[in-house]
Amino acid sequence: MSELTGLTLKAALDGLADKSFSAEEITKAHLGAIEAASALNAFVVNTPDKAVEMARASDARRAKGEAGPLDGAPLGIKDLFCTEGVESTAGSMILRGFKPVYESTVTSNLWRDGAVMLGKLNMDEFAMGSSNETSAWGPVVNPWRARGGNADLTPGGSSGGSAAAVAAELCLGATATDTGGSIRQPAAFTGTVGIKPTYGRCSRWGIVAFASSLDQAGPMARTVEDSAILLRSMSGHDPKDSTSIDAEVPDFASFCGKSVKGLRVGIPKEYRVDGMPPEIDALWEQGIAWLKEAGCEIVEVSLPHTKYALPAYYIVAPAEASSNLARYDGMRYGLRVDGANLTETYEKTRAEGFGAEVKRRILIGTYVLSAGYYDAYYLKALKVRRRIADDFDQAWRKVDALLTPTAPSAAFALGEKSDDPVAMYLNDIFTVTVNLAGLPGMSVPAGLDAQGLPLGLQLIGRNLDEGTLFSLGSAIEKAADFRAKPQKWW
Amino acid sequence: MAIDAATVRKVARLARIAEPEEKLEPLARELSGIMNWIEQLSEVDTDGVEPMTTSVAMSLPMRDDVVTEGGDPEKVLRNAPKTAKGFFIVPKVVE
Repeated sequence: MSELTGLTLKAALDGLADKSFSAEEITKAHLGAIEAASALNAFVVNTPDKAVEMARASDARRAKGEAGPLDGAPLGIKDLFCTEGVESTAGSMILRGFKPVYESTVTSNLWRDGAVMLGKLNMDEFAMGSSNETSAWGPVVNPWRARGGNADLTPGGSSGGSAAAVAAELCLGATATDTGGSIRQPAAFTGTVGIKPTYGRCSRWGIVAFASSLDQAGPMARTVEDSAILLRSMSGHDPKDSTSIDAEVPDFASFCGKSVKGLRVGIPKEYRVDGMPPEIDALWEQGIAWLKEAGCEIVEVSLPHTKYALPAYYIVAPAEASSNLARYDGMRYGLRVDGANLTETYEKTRAEGFGAEVKRRILIGTYVLSAGYYDAYYLKALKVRRRIADDFDQAWRKVDALLTPTAPSAAFALGEKSDDPVAMYLNDIFTVTVNLAGLPGMSVPAGLDAQGLPLGLQLIGRNLDEGTLFSLGSAIEKAADFRAKPQKWW
Repeated sequence: MAIDAATVRKVARLARIAEPEEKLEPLARELSGIMNWIEQLSEVDTDGVEPMTTSVAMSLPMRDDVVTEGGDPEKVLRNAPKTAKGFFIVPKVVE
C-alpha cells in the first residue's frame, strides 16, 4: 500500500500505463493513507465513494485504450475550487454546507484528463493567511517536525492542506492557489514543489475569489516534473474568465532536465534582508553555486522597490477582497443570521460567518477605498505596483530568470505568530512581488535546516516563460538531490 | 495615520459587519498598527506613474450577445437559506 502512495505522479502514470496496478488500487491505497492521517487535518471533505467511482471509470477508459494524460491519478483539491455537488467552503463558516452546482474550470480540466478526486483540502479562510490557522475548520499540522521535537508546526498557508497532503503522501499531487505566496511558501515549509504560473495561465472561473487581479491557481507535487505534468492539464484559455490568456500551453514536462547552460540567472540584492537566518542565506549561496556548476551565468541585479511590495499588497489585496466578499450577504447562498431588518441581517450574518483575519482585511479594504482615502492609499498602491513591475522589466534586459529564497524562515510553530498580523504578513516578503507583477514563480525544495526542517529556493521567470523555470527547477532538484521525507508520527 | 474607534465603527458599518462596542478600541489599535506599517509607501516617488490595475496586457474580450445558459431556477436556488415557490425569500426591504 505504502509503495503506491510513495510513487511520484510520473511513476504512477507509467505504472498505470503498463498495468502494474489499477487506478482503483492506487486510489484505495491513498484513501487508506488519508484515513490514517486525520491528525494532520489536511482534508476537510473526504469523497471516498466518488474517488472509487472515478477510479473504476478510469480503469474502464484505459481498458478501451482511451486513457487521458492523468488517467487514474488520485489528487487532492484545495477547498477554494468549486466542485459540483461536493461541499466547497473556502475554509469559511459563511460557506458551510455550500454545494456548488457547477465545477471550476481547473478541476474540470483535471477530470477531462482522467484524474481522480480524493477530497477537498483545508486552507486559510478565503486564502487569507500564511499558517493555515485562519481556517474555520482548524489548522493543518505540518507532517514535518523539528529533529527531536514534537511541537506541531504550521505547513504554511494558505494552501497548507495541499502542501501537507502532498508531503505526507496522501495524494500524488494537489491543486492550490497563490495570491501573495500561498503555493510557494507552503511548498517551502513542507519540502514540496509548487508553481504559481503566469497570471492568466489557469482560469479563475469557479475558484472562490480573494483578490481577483492577483489570484492564480497552480499545482503542488513532490517533484518538478510532476508539477509540470499537472500544470499542463490545469492551464488553458477559458472564455469564462476575461483575464484568461489565449496562449498555447506547452508540454511543460519537456522542459524538465533540459540543459540550463548559458542561461543568465539574476540575484536580486534587495532580497538579502536584515534578520534573515544565516542558514537561508547559505542555502541561497548553495543554489547559486549549483546553477553555476550547471553552466548558468550568475548576474547581480537590482529590484529597488522590493521592500514596498508587501505594504502595497496589503492595500491592493484587501481592497479587492472587500469588494469580492460583499457577495456574502446571506441572501442567495451560505450562512444567514436573521436580524430585526435587512441591514442587521447583513451585519449579523457577516459578523458570525467571517473569522477575525477576514474581517480585518475587509475593514482595511473598505477603509482604503472609502471617500477621502482612495487616492492616498489605493491609487498610491497601484502606482507602487507599477514601479515593482517595472523593476522586473528592467531585470529581464539582463537575465532570463531570478533566484531567491522562498520564505524568510523554515516552518514555525502553530500559534507562534498568530497574535501579530504584520509579523505573519512578513512571511510573504519574497513571494508577493511576483503576484503584483503577474509573473510565474516556483519553489523547489533545496535542503534542510539545522533542525531538520525543509527550506526552499524560489525561481522567478518572465511572463509565460514557465518552461525556463521547469528547466532551472529540475537542475536545482538534481543538484540538491533532496530525498528527505517527514518521519511518520501521525 | 491613527485609526480611532469612531472610524472603525464607520468602516464596519460600510462593510456591513456588526462589531460590538468593546471590540472597536482593540480593532482600532490593530488596524492602526497595520496602516502605520503601510505608511512607508509614501517614501516612493510615484509622480507621473500610471496606476497598474492588472498584469494582463490585453483589452477585455467581447463575445456574441447571446444567451449561453440559464432557465434553471432550481439550481440557482439550491444553496439559498430561504426559498418559496421558485423565489429567494429575503427580509422586508421597503416598509
